[in-house]
Amino acid sequence: MDSIALLIAASIGSGTALAVAGLGLLISERSGVLNLGAEGMMLVAAVTGFAVAVHTHSTLLALLGGAAAGVVLSAIFGVLVIWLHTNQYATGLALSLFGSGFSAFVGLPYVSESLGERKASAIPALSSIPFLGPALFRQHPFVYFAVFAAFAISYFLFKTKAGLVLRAIGESPESAHALGYRVRGIRLLAVCTGGAFAGLAGAYISVIHTPLWVEGMIAGKGWIALSLTAFATWRPLRVLLGAYLFGGVTMLQLHLQGEGVNVPVQLLTMLPYVATIVVLVVISRNPAWIRINMPASLGKPFTA
Amino acid sequence: MLKLEPRHDPSRVMTYLSPVIALLATVLLGVCLFLALGKDPARCLEMFFVAPVKDARALGEMSIKATPLLLIGLGLSLCFRSSVWNIGAEGQFILGTVFASGVAIRATEQSSPLMVVPVLLAGMAGGMLWGAITAILRDRFNANEILVSLMLVYVAEQVLGYLVYGPWKDPDGYNFPQTVTFLDAVRVPRFAPASRANAGTALALFAVGVFWVFLHRTHAGYRLLVSGMAPAAARYAGFSARSALWTAFLVSGGMAGLAGALEVAGPVGQLTTHVPLGYGFAAIIVAFVGRLNPIGVLFSAVLMSMFYIGGELSQARLGLPRSVTGVFQGLLLFALLTCDTFINYRLRWISPS
Repeated sequence: MDSIALLIAASIGSGTALAVAGLGLLISERSGVLNLGAEGMMLVAAVTGFAVAVHTHSTLLALLGGAAAGVVLSAIFGVLVIWLHTNQYATGLALSLFGSGFSAFVGLPYVSESLGERKASAIPALSSIPFLGPALFRQHPFVYFAVFAAFAISYFLFKTKAGLVLRAIGESPESAHALGYRVRGIRLLAVCTGGAFAGLAGAYISVIHTPLWVEGMIAGKGWIALSLTAFATWRPLRVLLGAYLFGGVTMLQLHLQGEGVNVPVQLLTMLPYVATIVVLVVISRNPAWIRINMPASLGKPFTA
Repeated sequence: MLKLEPRHDPSRVMTYLSPVIALLATVLLGVCLFLALGKDPARCLEMFFVAPVKDARALGEMSIKATPLLLIGLGLSLCFRSSVWNIGAEGQFILGTVFASGVAIRATEQSSPLMVVPVLLAGMAGGMLWGAITAILRDRFNANEILVSLMLVYVAEQVLGYLVYGPWKDPDGYNFPQTVTFLDAVRVPRFAPASRANAGTALALFAVGVFWVFLHRTHAGYRLLVSGMAPAAARYAGFSARSALWTAFLVSGGMAGLAGALEVAGPVGQLTTHVPLGYGFAAIIVAFVGRLNPIGVLFSAVLMSMFYIGGELSQARLGLPRSVTGVFQGLLLFALLTCDTFINYRLRWISPS
């Protein structure tokens, strides 16, 4: 029983990075911009956050540093695709390729550094509930931030005027433009918000979740987060749920590796990636379903 | 104020000038980077642009790096031309190394030197198989080919890891994750003993010709161009987007697989976890910089191989991290995409009135 509680706790801890990155990408995609640079942004943010943590010993500053790195990179991406009409796929890809090279380059001096163990913060009364306490309420505060963010973004998108404008731009930028909304400016804001979230997620991984820096340590989480937005049919709370499920798959395979199950390690390690493919296949099977839910202008340039 | 306005027709001049400007911009940014790191920029640039071409031996090394980039880049340019986004060529390359090795490790002292042919064909088959997985999931289930092909890269890495840590591990290899060293019968023949350059380069150059003829002189090539570029027009003309999807994935997968086979049966000579060096990703940039055109891809593959060699030399001689190669690759693609804007748009000064 206790080990199951710990497995749930670990899944939530691992899923948090996917959730936060996925939420950011969702905001960007709701405005009609697909940013395939998530992996690169998370890598640069991870190394930035780690470096800030090494020098300042402050987790908060490290997270902010990661977010700043995400904003800078996504702003470059945003200006290129929104004003210069570069292809969103190719530009996002460029960001991912650049990010993996750049993070390896600047991260070299930090490879052997360590941050030391980080204490989880238990919520006073709730954490002593049997089973639920260790499963849910002994996490790093950032984990609760992810839950809060999912609800906040959901409220913003579906209950506020600004959220409606954002969704309208994603559905039909031409109409929103005709109504007098500044499509380009709002899209850039959405892209940069997405970058900030991806940056937070990257820094969370290198500073809190696995406090170290290794080249390529994001290991596809940026791409999995991209798949998550489609899996969640662009709804924030479903992103959160999906992220925890993927966190569960990751942690389950690590748990099985630890137990010494008689299955090759590599077969277990590929599980999250195979799971992503399976999920993509299942949700995409019905094109009409995707078409109904996907922001209609996603990936298309706005040239008016 | 400056305003970006659409051109009536895409500029042919900018189409070919854009990669040159992008390269100059990348070099300029590189010089800034070297200065910031306190290195002599002239020495650094020498590592990238002079050292790789300074003598026959260096050119041989360059051909080894350029060959896989050229092969994969050719396949990907076909893909991107038909708007099929295969970005998992790295995975198809890895499967190529795996399938080729599966045949190569079965060679014996009695094997004929022609056995290298089935080794290369097996590599192609491996790459095609990996490409076909994405194609079938796209075709039958509408799954996004970008994400699927990319996820399969991570899966391929694990397949490779499983084999070299497990069933294929060299029993006399001091427990290192590697296969036995391949026998000469299954190695790609070299041109001369002094240089590492091998017949793979000739094969890649031949492929440039084949692709050029296919694209510009055959009906099927025309079909592929049309059906991807404008789906509606293609349907009207009776061409199927499905066949374009399958052709793109099988051809680019096969080319990446062949590149993988040439890598293990050529310069490396065994399968290890260190064989994949990211050529599959770099080739995406090669395809774009080469204007998705076989001749252009030849030039850009050579350029990208200089980035690789420059990175290695900078590490050995100037103490720069080798990953500087990745930084430049990313910068080059960014710069290229920016410059490409001016193929279809031009800047006009409009007085604010």
